[in-house]
Amino acid sequence: MGGAAVSVQTEPDAVTAAETPAAASARRLRSGAVTGSRWFPYILVLPLALVLWGYIVQPMLATFSESVAENAGDNYAGFFSAGGVARQSLINSILISVASVVLCGVVGVAMAFLLRRFQFPGRGLIEAIILVPAALPPLIGAISFQLLYSETGILPRALQRLFGTEEPVLAVSGIAGVLVVHTFTMYPFFYLAASAALRGLDPSIEEAAYNLGASRLRVWRTVLLPMLTPAMVSGALLVFMTSLASYTAPLLFGVDQTMTMQIYINRTNGDMPLASTYASVLGVVSILFLLAMRWYEGRRSYRSQSKGIASHRREVTNPLGRWLAMLGSLLGVAVLLAPVATIALVAFSRDGSWTTQVIPSEYTTENFRTIFNDPRAFEPIMNSVTISAVATAGIIVVGVLIAYAVRRLRFVGRSLLDIGVMLAWALPGTVVAINLIAAFSTGNAFSFGQVLVATFWIMPLAYFVRFLPMVFRSTSAALAQTDPALEEAARNLGASWPRAFLTVTVRLVLPGVVAGALLAFVHGVGEFVASVLIYTSQTEPISVAINNSMYRFEMGTAAAYGMLQVVLIFVVMLVSGRLENGRSSRSAREATQWAG
Amino acid sequence: MVEVRLDAVSKVFARSGDPAVDKVDLTIRDGEFFTLLGPSGCGKTTTLRMVAGFYFPSSGRIFFGSDDVTRQAPNKRDTGMVFQNYALFPHLSVAQNVGYGLRTRKVRGTEAKRRIDEALEQVHLAGYGSRRIDQLSGGQQQRVALARALVIRPRTLLLDEPLSNLDAKLREETRLEIRRIQREASTTSIYVTHDQAEAMAMSDRIAVMSGGTVQQVGAPEEIYRRPANRFVATFIGRSNVLSLPVVGAGPEHVDVAGPDGVTLRAAAPEGHGLGETATALVSVRPEHVRLTGPDAAGALRATVVETEFTGMSTHVSVDLAGTPLHVAAVQLPAGLSSGDTVGVVLPPEHLWVVRP
Repeated sequence: MGGAAVSVQTEPDAVTAAETPAAASARRLRSGAVTGSRWFPYILVLPLALVLWGYIVQPMLATFSESVAENAGDNYAGFFSAGGVARQSLINSILISVASVVLCGVVGVAMAFLLRRFQFPGRGLIEAIILVPAALPPLIGAISFQLLYSETGILPRALQRLFGTEEPVLAVSGIAGVLVVHTFTMYPFFYLAASAALRGLDPSIEEAAYNLGASRLRVWRTVLLPMLTPAMVSGALLVFMTSLASYTAPLLFGVDQTMTMQIYINRTNGDMPLASTYASVLGVVSILFLLAMRWYEGRRSYRSQSKGIASHRREVTNPLGRWLAMLGSLLGVAVLLAPVATIALVAFSRDGSWTTQVIPSEYTTENFRTIFNDPRAFEPIMNSVTISAVATAGIIVVGVLIAYAVRRLRFVGRSLLDIGVMLAWALPGTVVAINLIAAFSTGNAFSFGQVLVATFWIMPLAYFVRFLPMVFRSTSAALAQTDPALEEAARNLGASWPRAFLTVTVRLVLPGVVAGALLAFVHGVGEFVASVLIYTSQTEPISVAINNSMYRFEMGTAAAYGMLQVVLIFVVMLVSGRLENGRSSRSAREATQWAG
Repeated sequence: MVEVRLDAVSKVFARSGDPAVDKVDLTIRDGEFFTLLGPSGCGKTTTLRMVAGFYFPSSGRIFFGSDDVTRQAPNKRDTGMVFQNYALFPHLSVAQNVGYGLRTRKVRGTEAKRRIDEALEQVHLAGYGSRRIDQLSGGQQQRVALARALVIRPRTLLLDEPLSNLDAKLREETRLEIRRIQREASTTSIYVTHDQAEAMAMSDRIAVMSGGTVQQVGAPEEIYRRPANRFVATFIGRSNVLSLPVVGAGPEHVDVAGPDGVTLRAAAPEGHGLGETATALVSVRPEHVRLTGPDAAGALRATVVETEFTGMSTHVSVDLAGTPLHVAAVQLPAGLSSGDTVGVVLPPEHLWVVRP
């Protein structure tokens, strides 16, 4: 997670050079120079605070009261009694998360080192596609790994055929399967953090260690690892949170006893109080991690001070090393692209034709033709687009205003507003859905007295809550890069505040806003985790349609839907990459893979 | 503690193909403070980094005393380097930074503590051991870097523009300090800088570099008074280099026809090889040119183009029969202004023939 959205004040004595002119004038601006009125911020902030309260905080409280309404907390006893499902689920979730952190840490940091520190054949290609698996929508990602590596998957069957064994070889199932999915989709948290830290590392610090007589191992132990620690801790916290919220991987690999799965199972069984109990516990754990992360990011990190010599990549020159590197790169490319390739392949397979073969045996374009010709098959696409569009519209308005308020205005409760948005980000999609169900199964003030459950409106509302942080964050990052002095200059040249705001600030922040909105939209189109709990047959979105097709063994159709999502995602990533013009593309890339 | 010798050392970077350092021969004497001086891109830092072991030479050899260290890893060389940006470990305290090299040398416990304290005292930072690096000012960080490099009693001390991040006043104080500490330890030191004043003030000897090659090696005064070529003459201080026809020559002098036809005698290096019909490049420092009245005996007539008061002296640009000439005058004839005619005296004892 980029520091963008986390505006913790740094310790005053830490790295005073960090106080940029922009930050200095931001302070000046917040102190009321914008509009002259001390009350102006509150007029803007009050409705925003109400939105965050009404749709994020209050539903959380509703879930909690639902969980204790019937038997005053007995549901929670399950978490403390040995041998119960509740306790086991919590333990499983935590163990899976810890294992994911370790695996992602090893893979991510190793990748970062290889790509940043060595020059070898194929390096550029690997670097270009390294984030592909993580960019897949969660459901499609998990399905592709299932199609590839499970007992009925392509690789184990191919190995079985190759070696002529009885059973599929190297098939993963259960928790191992979940961990494979997590490793492949979450290692970028470590990769990006370690990669950025390595890039920012002053090479002369390492040289100084060598100069003082340290061996390579010692430099690693005493200089590199300690200096990468901040990056690795924030990577670890992110992976832990994302794993904890992970729902699709346990679903597809049949691991029932995790927190997210128990929420889903209890909700589907109609035991809303128990589902709420799980949701409350998971929510609280997630929030604790959010707080831990904010606390940690507020601490100082080691930044580069040198301007001169850039770090050199070590050329792999030994011929054997070059061969191995080449081979490794090819393997890496194959592994990174395999999920997308699998989805593409299966999308052209005839439904029901793939039974025991290594890869599907019959191919057709019918899956795509059906989707576009059959109005019923096209409906999920319409649903997803409509719901995401509505949600995105709301996200833009609220997200931009909150970002502006947090970055540029001074008012009491500024950090509460910030935390409100971060809450939405920290809450697992499953919990968001349960919260909304709990809050809006009866009418309340925030739904204008209407029951929202089982209506259209609960869908965009869930998307709104889940993806609001994306626009907030990209706008906030863009604002941080825009010197408030520019707005002051416009006013000095005679522009009124609204004119200066619109012609200068909004204009400069626009690319960031659009990039964030595109991301929110595309994540909406790929949303599954919350949707599956709240959709109705009229509002079935694409991912749910995919899931239902998988249940009916219509893998071709499922993959065809998935392919459309994938294409949309890559198009949007390309466009938003352009928009951000490289200046904060890192935050955009980071933002692309967090929805578990 | 050791003599450092570079023997025809060249470095070619794969990316550019041109040699960054081209056949450099240098001998840095035991205990000497030796400076590599030159404009940016002249190869001085590359040379230093080859001595440190961060680059290996493309050809040539490097010796510490009788040890051939040409391909030795940097951590085996026992050099102490002070980096331009200090390269202090931000995650370690001041004392831990200074002690880092001791730990790699297995110096521990009270002995390590004693040496750390000693080193910090030497750089006037006693009592700062437990501070964090980011709690120090730039000058203090600079001194920690120096202490860290010296505490290991390295065979050679390498300093890569260590003063360039300090402000002017601190720079002058620190350079005296570095020199004092170096003298106390009498460590062979190689200092890289582009600041000629710094080089003149600190060095026992200087190697002036340009375009990857060594232009001249010598004591500061020698380089100043007897620059080998036009580059050295103009890079070290200011110099007027006049292109004048040779009318006669001896083994250590050349007679040239001055701007107004009067013959001038200029000292020349042995084996200058200049004879009649050749053109000699005669350098004369601005502060050695004397301004007189226009009709004074032995003076050449010149026109004042511009005057610039700098405090210590006045810089006067004059036009000497079409040749621009810079004069630094401590005392100026009263009321001099642009367009005035003045007399200019080029004292023979300060005329020196340089190679192109």
